[in-house]
Amino acid sequence: MGMSKWDGWRRYEFTRRAIIAGGLQLGLFGVLGARLYYLQVAQSDRYSALAEQNRINTVLLAPERGLILDRNGTELASSRENFRVIIVPEQAGDVPQALRRLNRLVRLNDATLKRVLESARRLPSFVAIPVVEGLSWRQFAEINLRAPELPGIHCEVGRLRHYPHADALAHVVGYVAPVRPEDIEDNSDSLLRIPEFRIGRSGIETRFDTHLRGFAGASRVEVNAAGRVVRELERHEGQSGTEVTLSLDLPTQLRLNDLLKHESAAGVVMDVHSGEILAMVSTPSYDPNHFSTGIPVERWRALMGNPDTPFLHKAIEGQYAPGSTFKLIVALAALESGIVNSDETYYCSGKYLFGRRNFHCWKEHGHGRLNMLGAIMHSCDVYFYNLAQRIPIEAIAAMAQRMGFGEKFDIDLPGGKAGLVPSPQWKRETLGENWYGGENLITVVGQGYLLATPLQLAVMTSRIANGGMAVFPRMVRRIGDEDVKYTAAPSMGLSPSSVKFIQDSMYAVSNRPGGTAYGSRIIDPSMQLAGKTGTTQVRNISAQERRSGVIKNEQLARRLRDHALFVAYAPSNSPRYAVSIVVEHGGSGSRAAAPPARDILQFLLTRKRQSAA
Amino acid sequence: MITGIFRAFGRRVSFFDKLAALDYTFLLVLVLIASIGVLMLYSTAGGSMEHRAWAQLLRLSIGMGLLLLAALVDIKIWINLAYPIYILALGILFLVEFIGYQSMGAQRWLHVAIFSLQPSEPMKIALVLVLARYYHDLAAEKTVKFSSMIFPLILIALPVVLLLRQPDLGTAILTMVLGTGILFLAGIRYRYFISAILLGLASVPLIWQFVLHPYQQQRILTFLYPEQDPMGAGYHILQSKIALGSGGIFGHGYLGGTQNHLDFLPEKETDFIFTVLAEEIGLMGSFGLMFLYAIALLLIFLIAARSSSHFGRMLAMGLGINFFLHAFGNIAMVTGLIPVVGMPLPLVSYGGSAVVAMLFGFGLVMNVHVHQSVGVGSATNLDLR
Repeated sequence: MGMSKWDGWRRYEFTRRAIIAGGLQLGLFGVLGARLYYLQVAQSDRYSALAEQNRINTVLLAPERGLILDRNGTELASSRENFRVIIVPEQAGDVPQALRRLNRLVRLNDATLKRVLESARRLPSFVAIPVVEGLSWRQFAEINLRAPELPGIHCEVGRLRHYPHADALAHVVGYVAPVRPEDIEDNSDSLLRIPEFRIGRSGIETRFDTHLRGFAGASRVEVNAAGRVVRELERHEGQSGTEVTLSLDLPTQLRLNDLLKHESAAGVVMDVHSGEILAMVSTPSYDPNHFSTGIPVERWRALMGNPDTPFLHKAIEGQYAPGSTFKLIVALAALESGIVNSDETYYCSGKYLFGRRNFHCWKEHGHGRLNMLGAIMHSCDVYFYNLAQRIPIEAIAAMAQRMGFGEKFDIDLPGGKAGLVPSPQWKRETLGENWYGGENLITVVGQGYLLATPLQLAVMTSRIANGGMAVFPRMVRRIGDEDVKYTAAPSMGLSPSSVKFIQDSMYAVSNRPGGTAYGSRIIDPSMQLAGKTGTTQVRNISAQERRSGVIKNEQLARRLRDHALFVAYAPSNSPRYAVSIVVEHGGSGSRAAAPPARDILQFLLTRKRQSAA
Repeated sequence: MITGIFRAFGRRVSFFDKLAALDYTFLLVLVLIASIGVLMLYSTAGGSMEHRAWAQLLRLSIGMGLLLLAALVDIKIWINLAYPIYILALGILFLVEFIGYQSMGAQRWLHVAIFSLQPSEPMKIALVLVLARYYHDLAAEKTVKFSSMIFPLILIALPVVLLLRQPDLGTAILTMVLGTGILFLAGIRYRYFISAILLGLASVPLIWQFVLHPYQQQRILTFLYPEQDPMGAGYHILQSKIALGSGGIFGHGYLGGTQNHLDFLPEKETDFIFTVLAEEIGLMGSFGLMFLYAIALLLIFLIAARSSSHFGRMLAMGLGINFFLHAFGNIAMVTGLIPVVGMPLPLVSYGGSAVVAMLFGFGLVMNVHVHQSVGVGSATNLDLR
């Protein structure tokens, strides 16, 4: 067989085409080379950065939250160990089985079981899932002891905000709660993204949240593709939050809380010179500890459904008609106006005819003839109805404002109400109605539109007690190591004799037989208190009821009983502490509000004497 | 009989003569490429011979034995066995339909006794063999005739259809391109190629609609729009590119690739092993391997060009194309130039069938080299003794 022409063609054609194929291969390898150059040289920095992003996770470490202390350095809010149980599904194997075993030691509710099982399904199996927290030391120890029978279940000790005095300080200190999605904005603190992080939701915890939080630490860890941590590359601990020191005196706070906790009430104790608040109580209260661990639904419903509004901070947000405590301001306005002097007398027959309507004194058959001191001491309404005819309502409103009514004091607590000081101008502007003469009469006895908070009542009392100094209330003494600056209270420019007269009248109220608070006097001459009662109606008394005899408070349903108020300061000879108490539906100021005020003042002065000795 | 296997046409050649006639440069290049594979497998196991590297060495040894066997037997035996081997390979591929088992979503594997076999690997070798034999037999002047194209097209179509049914789109396309390449080498007219390419393009929508499975469509969509699904199907190719890119020119150092050791790389022992090399040794490594591949291809081209038989030429160059298609396809896939389709990196990727089949193929190439001066007649006048 020889090489035919076609065989030659075939060999030639093959070589030609093999060269073409080879060239094509080389060209395609060139494309690959260019691509590799692009990826590995031109784009190398970009992909290196992405590789680092892949590899390194930064885990934020929550700093310890700053303490909240009382004036003596006692902890009002601290952190305590939080014993909690976590489960690691890959170690547990059968998760439901592991939870059943755990359930024998710690009761797990259905919601918890559901949540854990759901997380176990969703997350990679090496991710620890929190099961329960806030365990007792006993439970914690028991689970640790049984660890060999509980594969995949681990005990951990975390930190949890703790309020050692529970409900006694709930409204002032506030509470912390888990971060909600709406709290997180683009520029917010990265701390908020830590899953177990809690932020202030109320009270001082809210106002000083940024101070108390501190700064996050960070741990840079290398992770693999599944997200499992391979090793820690570096770690720096965060910075604990700043301490906040309040002016509150814990023993006084606890005592006042004990005195009021069975009522729906509010009480404020203030230093009359510095304005420092020593105690501020609102009852009923709630236990803020429940919010850090998650409040049970039933308990939440009970709190929300309570008609005595446990979440309302009554000391600064409760607005009450000041009742007869307002007579102090009316008397002061009258004296300062120069129109009336304290010797003027009026006759009280138990009622006062104005226009075609009778205005009644609280004492059905009248007080007889009284001067101003007597009128305050006996809290005679008719005397003040007469004053209302003598001095303009604007002068009274102005005096009320100078004494702190209508002003929302900033005591570093969120919320707070301004109350209301009505005047003809106010009524025209807001209600579009004319002011009637009868309204003067209602206002001078502290009823009608007039509203004040217990804090304002305490400020008023302080300003009288300190001889007419415009003292402002304050709650925070120190943030970290820095004292909160405050300037000494300036004089309000009242005439000393008018103030002295009011002080003497208040002394009479609680130290002269017949004074409305005589029953709640302090015998010890160095501790004597000066006060003023107030009782405000929450219902209308009809003319028919007047005729048949006004129904006694004790016979009324609680909701219809009068509010009881009392303001006081002590010692009367050298005023130091002012107190205001409002007991909702307490019946009468002298019976429901004066005794706790007396007790708390006596407690404070006794403590002061003991510490001085 | 045994010695008869090692004889050349017309004269006896000793076993040692043939051994001496092996292309040792080619062999060295193959050993270097395979060594890179073993080193990379050692790295993917976190610096351990366990798991993969030992197993790969074992397979390489078997493959090398097969290479020598394939290289040293008489070329006539391969000519005679071309059709039986093709039928056997096709039969095994057909068996996969019935007794193959699912792996990674496709039915590609067949358990044979103690090891499992991926029949598509020997199939490609068998296809080259049978087409070489066909064109060897075909009178040269008939090559250009349309009628003589029909049988080789059937030879190509049979395995392609079976592969599409598995479904193994990547291998099916590769097999189709391989067959087309061999037809090109055989010398068929250019206009048939152009019509075939146009026909192929026209059938794309039909293939999309009726042939492709949803997961295959997804892969192609992911390739076209990888940024739409960075955590889903696009994740693999993104991680692969990160590994390549972060390697830079000199790499993170051997055993130092974070993408590799922290498991960000998908299927890093098999289809994506190139990324381990590129991440740890950098552009030096990736260009180095491609350089070795190019050398191997050049040597294959020279072997084919020197062969005095048409069978030898077609066989060597066809196997070269097969080798190139694997290397190019795999690297283009991991660099994001083509969609992700299962395709091993020749001699480097972990995987028994591919390594053994590839080395067997190189054995045939070596056989062509050993028998380069042996002129072999066509089937009609084969018996020249």
